[in-house]
Amino acid sequence: MSNVKAVQSESGKVRAAIKTLTNGIIKENPTLRLVLGTCPTLAVTTSAIFGVGMGISATLVLIGSNVVISLLRKVIPDKVRIPAYITIIAGFVTIIQLLLKAYVPVLDKALGIFIPLIVVNCIILARAEMFASKNTVFMSALDGLGMGLGFTIALLIIGSIREILGNGTWFGINLTKDLIDPAVIMILPPGGFIAFGLVIAIFNKLTNNKVEKIDCHACGMCGKAQETYENKVNSESKEKSDDREVAVK
Amino acid sequence: MREILIIILSAILVENFVLTKFLGICPFLGVSNNLSSALGMSGAVVFVMTIASGATWAANEFLLKPFGIEYLQTLTFILVIATLVQFVEIVLKKNVPALYKSLGIYLPLITTNCAVLGVSLLNIQREYNFVQSIVYGMGAGLGFTLALLIFAGVRERVESAEVPKTFKGLPITLIAAGLVSIVFFGFQGLF
Repeated sequence: MSNVKAVQSESGKVRAAIKTLTNGIIKENPTLRLVLGTCPTLAVTTSAIFGVGMGISATLVLIGSNVVISLLRKVIPDKVRIPAYITIIAGFVTIIQLLLKAYVPVLDKALGIFIPLIVVNCIILARAEMFASKNTVFMSALDGLGMGLGFTIALLIIGSIREILGNGTWFGINLTKDLIDPAVIMILPPGGFIAFGLVIAIFNKLTNNKVEKIDCHACGMCGKAQETYENKVNSESKEKSDDREVAVK
Repeated sequence: MREILIIILSAILVENFVLTKFLGICPFLGVSNNLSSALGMSGAVVFVMTIASGATWAANEFLLKPFGIEYLQTLTFILVIATLVQFVEIVLKKNVPALYKSLGIYLPLITTNCAVLGVSLLNIQREYNFVQSIVYGMGAGLGFTLALLIFAGVRERVESAEVPKTFKGLPITLIAAGLVSIVFFGFQGLF
């Protein structure tokens, strides 16, 4: 009897693990569904390879920070958790930055300041706040991997579209044989906005779902700011009504 | 003087932070649907970016360089910015309550605004001196303001337009941003 239970709970665990892993790829895709981390999405997708490079770097940071934050989730005091998270994330970003500089200098040059800017990528802080601070180390690592894959896939799609249309190549392979003049605007900044908009529209159509809100309240920090703002407004209106009551009396 | 003017103008028009450098997209999409919050956010961004440029320049020059630990730049800068934002919030609350009331709620959002960290890193990358850094920070903030205000107007028209169902919301907003970005692209080669 207990054996059956153990098997059941075991398969339940596996199922939960798979769900956590796949969650980030379609259902809660950080880029296309939650619209987090828009800056790197638009900036580095001028070619597919840069998109993938950025995606992998962010994935590594995400896994590392999720694991460490999950390990320390009972140690970090609630009040200073955001600065603590940012410090941990910045540490991992520095590691990735140095590794890229040493082993893939081409990518480091191409991505430029967007490598250090992974620190303020909302995806990472949001996962720290929403997942890693509440779940076990193993699940947090899986969540980081899933979310990172979702981010990488989104960057790969947008990067491919922009590179093929804007440069006529894909991963550096010439597709048009120079017969067609590519639409250079796609690899310029305006093309980034337009391609991203189109990809989100297609994603919405395919998954038959809509991004409900466009704002950064989904990120941990912004969400907190919004919360404090609402509390402030509530308390202020309360004070006012209190004043009014006093005046009436 | 001429050089300073060029830095400001190019930061506002030629390399507009939002529309050509893709820094600070999140608040750009987040608060541009409301003119008053767009103004509040822009004010806070200009303010913080100017101060942060100076502070991170000083941190780099007097802390990281003498000890040869420039590889800790990212970590140091984000902590300096986070502390600075907290500090500005406290000082404003105490001394300029009117300004705090209008900018207050946007201040905590700014720590994770990549435009602030971005401008700090760019200042160091371009080897600007102290004055140039502050000027560049202010110019970048003003460029953010300009983009945000223009786009708030565009968004108002987009909201009332008839849009295919799939494009409603974010997709059409992004495409509109692309068109505004094309406009700014015309400034390329101004200097």
